[in-house]
Amino acid sequence: MSTFKMNKTTSVVALVILTLAAPVLAQTLGGNYWVRILDFALLYIMLALGLNIVVGFAGLLDLGYIAFYAVGAYLMGLLSSPHLSTQFEFIAGLFPHGLHLGFWWILLIAGPVAALFGVLLGAPTLKLRGDYLAIVTLGFGEIIRIFMNNLDRPLNITNGPKGINAIDPVVFFGIDFSKPHDLLGIKLSPGVMYYYLIVALTLVVIFVSLRLQQSRIGRAWVAIREDETAAKAMGINTRNIKLMAFGMGAAFGGVSGVVFGAFQAFVSPESFVLWESIYVLAIVVLGGMGHIPGVILGGILLVGFQELLRELAVPVQKMIFGEVLIDAEVLRQLLFGLALVVVMLYRPAGLWPAPKREDRPVTRLRGHTSRLDGGV
Amino acid sequence: MTNMNTATTQSDSDELILSVQGVNKRFGGLQALSDVGLAIKPGEIYGLIGPNGAGKTTFFNVITGLYTPDSGEFKLGGNTYQPTAVHEVAKAGIARTFQNIRLFGEMTALENVMVGRHVRTKAGLFGAVFRPASIKREEAEIEDMAHELLEYVGISQHAHHTARNLSYGHQRRLEIARALATEPKLLALDEPAAGMNATEKVELRGLLDKIRADGRTILLIEHDVKLVMGLCNRLTVLDYGKVIAQGLPQDVQKDKAVVEAYLGTPAH
Repeated sequence: MSTFKMNKTTSVVALVILTLAAPVLAQTLGGNYWVRILDFALLYIMLALGLNIVVGFAGLLDLGYIAFYAVGAYLMGLLSSPHLSTQFEFIAGLFPHGLHLGFWWILLIAGPVAALFGVLLGAPTLKLRGDYLAIVTLGFGEIIRIFMNNLDRPLNITNGPKGINAIDPVVFFGIDFSKPHDLLGIKLSPGVMYYYLIVALTLVVIFVSLRLQQSRIGRAWVAIREDETAAKAMGINTRNIKLMAFGMGAAFGGVSGVVFGAFQAFVSPESFVLWESIYVLAIVVLGGMGHIPGVILGGILLVGFQELLRELAVPVQKMIFGEVLIDAEVLRQLLFGLALVVVMLYRPAGLWPAPKREDRPVTRLRGHTSRLDGGV
Repeated sequence: MTNMNTATTQSDSDELILSVQGVNKRFGGLQALSDVGLAIKPGEIYGLIGPNGAGKTTFFNVITGLYTPDSGEFKLGGNTYQPTAVHEVAKAGIARTFQNIRLFGEMTALENVMVGRHVRTKAGLFGAVFRPASIKREEAEIEDMAHELLEYVGISQHAHHTARNLSYGHQRRLEIARALATEPKLLALDEPAAGMNATEKVELRGLLDKIRADGRTILLIEHDVKLVMGLCNRLTVLDYGKVIAQGLPQDVQKDKAVVEAYLGTPAH
C-alpha cells in the first residue's frame, strides 16, 4: 500500500513537473513552432473535455460541437477588436477607439453565451438519438459557420470569409501576452505565456468535469446514456438534464474559443469547419469516452502524432526511398484514418478507458443494521 | 363479472394508495384497455394477472405515464395525478421495474441505486461544482442510503460491481433496490419473476414478503399464477383489455370467467 502511494505521489509530481517544463523544453528543442503546437494541443484537450460531457457522459453524439468554439472565438473577435466600431457609426460614437473589452470579461461572458447556444441548438434535438442526433447537430454546426461566413451583408457583422483581425491579446496584470517578457531573467515568449494560461484554464475545466461526474447531475447524465427510459422512470427529467449537458459542453467550447481568438489575434470561418468537430470527437473516442485522463491522453497523442508526422514525413521517406513518394499532408490523413481504424478494432473503448469498476477498492462497507427496516 | 367488490367504492378511497378508474386506451383499431380500474390499499401486494396480450403491461405503462390514456381517473395517495410524463409519475410516487430488466449497465450496483435518489435530492450544476456543505451532506446521505438498500435486497457484496455483470436474479433485486430509492408510495413490478428459476422465485417471494412486511405497497404484474396466488392480498384479472374478475386470490381462482380465460371454454 505504501509503495503504491509513493508511486502515485511520484507520478503526480512527475506529471506536474513535466506539464510546467513542457513549453521550455519545446522551445529549447524545437523553437516557437513547437510551443504553438503545445498550445493548440491544450486547446483541443479543453474542447475535447467539453465534448466529453455531451458525448462521453450523456451519450449524445454531437457532430457540430465546433460551433461553440466558433461562438467563443467570434465573441472575442467582435468585442475586442476595432472591427465593429469601423462598421457601425453608433458603436464608433460610443467607443471611438474601437471595442476593447478585456479578455477576462469576455471569458466570463463566453461561458454563458455559448451555453445558451448549446441549449438553443440542443432543444430541437431532444427526442433524437444516435445517428439522427449526429446528423442534426452536424447541420447546426454548419449553420453557425455559414452564418459567420455570410454575415458581412447587408450589415457587416462578422466580416465574412475575410474574418476579423487585430484582436486584442490577453493582458494579465499589465503583462501583454502578445510580446515576449522577461521574468526574473527567464525569457517568456507569447507561446509560453499562453501555454500557462491554457494550462490553468484546462485545470479549471478538468476540476469542473470531475466534480460534475461525481454528482447527482453526472450520474443522471450517465443514466440517460445507459438507458433513457429507465432514467425517466427514476424521475429524471431527461429534457432538462440533457440540456444541461449541451449547455455545459458548449460553455467549455466557448471558453476555449475565446482563448483561441486572443491567441491567434484573428478569427475566420475556416477554422470552424466540420473536420474540426470530427477531430475533437476523434480525440474523445480514441482517448476513452467518459474518462477524463483518457480524453487528455487522446488530445496529446492526436495533435502530437499529427505534428510529428508533418515534421518527419519528408525526411523519413527520403531516408528510406531516397525520394518523397507520398505528400506529407496525404500521408498524415492516411495514417490518421488508419490509427482510428486500428484503435476501434483493438481498443473499442479507447486507448485509456475508464477502469473496470471491479478493480476499484470498495470504499465503504457498512456494519450497522439498516435504518430502512422501519420503512422509508 | 363476479367479485367486482368493495375496493372500488368511493367511501374508502381516501385510504387508498392507488385508485384508478375508467381507463381506456386505444391503439388504432385495437381497444387495448376498456374501462379498467383498480384500487390498492396501503401495505398490500396487489396482483394484476391475465393471459398473454390481456393488456397488463399496457395498463402498467398507462399508470406509470409511458402511454397517455384516452380517459381515466388517477389518484395516488389521495391526490389526483395525471400520468402524462414518466418522470412526473416517479416524482409523484410510483416507482417501477421493467419486464426486461433495464439497469444502467455500465454503472456499478451502488451507482444504480444512487440514481434512484435523483428525484428526492436537489443538487444542481452549481451545487455539483462548488459542493457546499449541504450538498456534501446530501451526497453522503445518497451513498449511505444506497448501501443500505443494497443490503436490504441482499446484494451488498456486489455494491461495486458493474450492473451488467450481475447475475439475473441479482439484477432483478438491484432494480427493486433502485426503485425503492425513490421512496415510492407504490412499488410497481412488471413481471419480476420472468425468466427466473425455481430457487430465484422462492427468494424473490421472500424479498417481496419482506418489503410488504415493512409497510410498503406493491403492484405486481405477473404471469406466474402460483406466485401471484401465494403472495397477493387481492388481485385483478384482465382479459382482452377488460377486468374479468377482482378480489381475493381464492375467489378469483374459482371464478368461471378466469378459468375460461386461462384454459378456454370446454368443448360441447
